[in-house]
Amino acid sequence: MKLITAVIKPHRLDDVKDALQAFGVHGLTVTEASGYGRQRGHTEVYRGAEYTVDLVPKVRIEILVEDEDAEQLIDVVVKAARTGKIGDGKVWSVPVDTAVRVRTGERGPDAL
Amino acid sequence: MPDGFSAGDTAFVFICAALVMLMTPGLAFFYGGMVRVKSTLNMLVMSFISLAIVSVLWVLYGYSLAFGPDAGAGLIGNLDFLGMRGIGLNDLTGTIPVTAFSAFQLMFAIITPALISGAVADRTKFAAWGLFVALWVTVVYFPVAHWVFFFDGGNGGWLGDRNGVIDFAGGTAVHINAGVAGLALCLVLGKRIGFKKDPMRPHSLPLVMLGSGLLWFGWFGFNAGSALAANGVAGMAFINTQVATAAAVLGWLAYERIKHGAFTTLGAASGAVAGLVAITPACGSVSPLGSIAIGVIAGVACAAAVSLKYKLGYDDSLDVVGVHLVGGVIGSLLIGVFATGHVGQTAQGLLYGGGFEQLGKQAMGVVAVGAYSFVLSWLLAVAIQKTIGFRVSEEVEVSGIDQAEHAESAYDFTAVGASVARPVSTPAPVTATARKTEVDA
Repeated sequence: MKLITAVIKPHRLDDVKDALQAFGVHGLTVTEASGYGRQRGHTEVYRGAEYTVDLVPKVRIEILVEDEDAEQLIDVVVKAARTGKIGDGKVWSVPVDTAVRVRTGERGPDAL
Repeated sequence: MPDGFSAGDTAFVFICAALVMLMTPGLAFFYGGMVRVKSTLNMLVMSFISLAIVSVLWVLYGYSLAFGPDAGAGLIGNLDFLGMRGIGLNDLTGTIPVTAFSAFQLMFAIITPALISGAVADRTKFAAWGLFVALWVTVVYFPVAHWVFFFDGGNGGWLGDRNGVIDFAGGTAVHINAGVAGLALCLVLGKRIGFKKDPMRPHSLPLVMLGSGLLWFGWFGFNAGSALAANGVAGMAFINTQVATAAAVLGWLAYERIKHGAFTTLGAASGAVAGLVAITPACGSVSPLGSIAIGVIAGVACAAAVSLKYKLGYDDSLDVVGVHLVGGVIGSLLIGVFATGHVGQTAQGLLYGGGFEQLGKQAMGVVAVGAYSFVLSWLLAVAIQKTIGFRVSEEVEVSGIDQAEHAESAYDFTAVGASVARPVSTPAPVTATARKTEVDA
């Protein structure tokens, strides 16, 4: 199994969700996140005092999938999240040892 | 009622008094939105407490000190009206009952110390603040109100009645007075932890806009009501208030766009307050065109002045100096330039053939009130600092005054593990938990 994590622009969340549903993903976890990449943040002005806001709002999506679906799923997420502008985010995957469905105790792929 | 009583004027002044009362909670929102989340409630209640303290003191002795018969040299009223005894239901101030006049003036006394609180936001002990308000109105506001607002046929206050300093609705008595006191206080208390290093962004600009809107609305009572009659002077003061404020918004925004590249919301709200402050002393003596000039000048000058604190190194948290002191000085001095002699006053300014005479008088008023207020405010602040302490501990300042001083917090941001059904005797430890949305469990 693989854990796919995507940090994307908040306004792309709905498109990514729709794309994942169309692909057949049954579940995901969404977390409000903040951070920056190479583009850094932005500047705000309050009564002439300029503040550099480094951390910009992002959304973090986590999805557990079977190994054979991982590569294709990453492509689905990237395609749905892309705007072509700076700050679009990152997607990565890591191997997962175990997954358990809490309600039934099912393990491995059955738990997904 | 006796001869000379006007029901129309009286009704007008009561409504104006109620409008001015609303300015203090309006100010609380204006200031409250500008501080960080952790000290929102403290900022709101620092204004609100002024309603409570000053109202009681006003009846006990404030009205008498400010508007009692002069006790000598136009410096302070006598004690004839302690507890507001000796004021009959039929006694008049002009065409309105003394009680109506007293209620109207009370609202001025309430908002003036509340204005000061913006200078010391985020770091003031609430009890010390309450004590300061009580002492400050007693030794600074009540006497200065007597100097400026008490008219008694040449035997009244030394600035207004005896020397012809024009302050229609409180440029010197309210705004310069509060602005200078704010400067004295932030010099005594020192800078906030993290000043010039940490971002101290306003936590809610919508609250700031709500507050500035309420201030603008209430200010019609402040300025038009100062005619103490529903007449043409009140009408002109009303128009002047509106147009100067509008011009100041435009002036502030133009300055910001050129200097910082954006028209900010906080700039629009601040420009409105700067314009209101500047037109306050002048609204009864200038024309609407003069008001536009005063508004634009105040908007630009106050926008430039708020950065003074970064250059000079004093931490006036919410720019009481930059907006109220600078705006008040501009409005008071410009009377000496733009007074037409045909509105509510006969004195003429520089541009209307009056020469430098009125400008000189206005400067005297600015310097006298400014110097008196600075010295007394500084002494009071030092005295409180050395006795009960004026500033909260470093720990409280960093974690936020709301929890430590008021046992409350303005907003509940906890989404996980924040059950309200379970009463606790001691506050539960707060952990930063990111909000999670389970789309499919």
